Amino acid sequence: MKVLACVKPVPDPSAPVRYQENGRLDRTGKVVLDEADSYGVEVALRLAEASGGSVVLGTMSDSSDPAPLRAALAMGAEEALVASDSRLGGADALTTARVLGALVRRSGAEVVVTATESADGYTGTVAAQLAEVLGWPALTFASHVSLEGDHVVVRRQSETGTLEVAAPVPCVISVTAGSVEPRYATFKGIVAAKSRPVTTLTLDELGVVLDEERVHDIVDVRDAPGRAAGEKIVDEGQAAAAIVAYFDALKIL
Amino acid sequence: MTTAWVVVEPSANGWSEAAGELLTLARRVSDDVHLVTWSSSLDAGRAGAFGASSQVVVAHDEDHLVADDVVAGMEDLAAADGHPDIVLFGSSYDGRDIAGRLSVRWGRTVVTNVVDLRATPDGWESEHLVVGGTSVSRTRVSGPALFVVRRKSVTPEECGGSPAAQREVAGASSTVARVRSRVLEVSDGPDLESAPVVVSGGRGLGRAEHYQWVDELAGLLGGAGGASRAIVDAGWVPYSRQVGQTGKTVAPNLYVACGISGATQHLVGMKGSAHIVAINKDPDAPIFQVADLGVVGDVTSVLPQVIALLRERRGA
Repeated sequence: MKVLACVKPVPDPSAPVRYQENGRLDRTGKVVLDEADSYGVEVALRLAEASGGSVVLGTMSDSSDPAPLRAALAMGAEEALVASDSRLGGADALTTARVLGALVRRSGAEVVVTATESADGYTGTVAAQLAEVLGWPALTFASHVSLEGDHVVVRRQSETGTLEVAAPVPCVISVTAGSVEPRYATFKGIVAAKSRPVTTLTLDELGVVLDEERVHDIVDVRDAPGRAAGEKIVDEGQAAAAIVAYFDALKIL
Repeated sequence: MTTAWVVVEPSANGWSEAAGELLTLARRVSDDVHLVTWSSSLDAGRAGAFGASSQVVVAHDEDHLVADDVVAGMEDLAAADGHPDIVLFGSSYDGRDIAGRLSVRWGRTVVTNVVDLRATPDGWESEHLVVGGTSVSRTRVSGPALFVVRRKSVTPEECGGSPAAQREVAGASSTVARVRSRVLEVSDGPDLESAPVVVSGGRGLGRAEHYQWVDELAGLLGGAGGASRAIVDAGWVPYSRQVGQTGKTVAPNLYVACGISGATQHLVGMKGSAHIVAINKDPDAPIFQVADLGVVGDVTSVLPQVIALLRERRGA
């Protein structure tokens, strides 16, 4: 079974966030594989291994930095498909899902694995949108994934507990961070990743027509309101009493 | 006149703060507001008091995923009544799934992590959090759109409308995905999202067993126990206790962070708290940037001491 893992190169989270004049994220600096995607790649690899298949990566990105894709290829993915087109700058989640849907169809994958949300845009809706684009069931927010014959079975987190949900292949799965332990790339994997095919496709090549009617413009971006730090003390045996005194002052005891 | 639909989870006690928040926001941008829920109805009197003229309950089959039923129900509703100009959703997993699916079916943009919304002459202007809640993006959307709103972004305000008219619609007749079983996590004590005090634990606790101190302090303070994503991912406590971007948003009078470093993903879920106390051994932990009282120390030694002092006082 061929499994497509959606991945996203995101600006290095250890560097300060920068924006362009139009309010869009500045992606010209160093980019890395979104940490959340490493769980999706791991789940995809396990599903492929369990079914004797392979993993293809799918991404929408205009970054020329090969490092994020190489990192995922080094884990064991066979190839990568990249949708890249200047018209995709500032694309909303719906456009992203349509483009990823075209990549999935092109790849021939039967199962798609994504993270629950990206670190940058973090809409958390793309997996459900992608499922709808493909007309496949969506097994979202999964903390555990297994294969039973031609059915994918997931444990879905809910506000009040967990559900076990099953759907036949083809389907889309989104996995929560921490659902599995992502494997480390081996030296052999890192070397092999350099020769694995990375195919870049434009919107025309993918047959995706942009919907010009939806307008979605960023007016401005500012820092989220912060909080001033208060008093900081170093515990030398007195901290517990200081905390209790603070509770007292709040009159909550 | 613009029409707004507000999609809200059902609630065991017939009403939820989330419903009040979303209806209040919907009323600011629309003059014709309808509530959509599933399984069981919310209090029609309160829905009306918050400005909903009708309440639609979508029939939900226990074996189906919520989104599959609600999307089918909303499609039928739109076919009968026409499509709404705007739909507001809560940030729950089901809310995000329903919004995602409808966005494709109706060809509409969906904006998530919304904290504020205004009507403009040709559409809407929203403010939403991006990059782990560190930045606020103000975005203009023209034409019909879907907005997924973060909890506790709006103060619920009633407007004194008459009770919402009740309607029922069918869910999906059959779905491909099937729910096989469910596990309900029951916790005693107050609900995490509405508790006046929240005590949360993180990796700094060292071991899963130490989470009992978090529960104990929460109990002594009449509060609820929360957790960072790290210890939920590690399996120490269930997801229902997670505070943060991918968990619950809390804004209690007092938040006590025990051994939590304060990743942006956590801060976005608790920095609206009135008072914050943090205990962490790393003096540079980001949690101290939002704490009113920060204690640089070992939580496994400080926390039991705080509990002992409070017990002593109880005994006196």
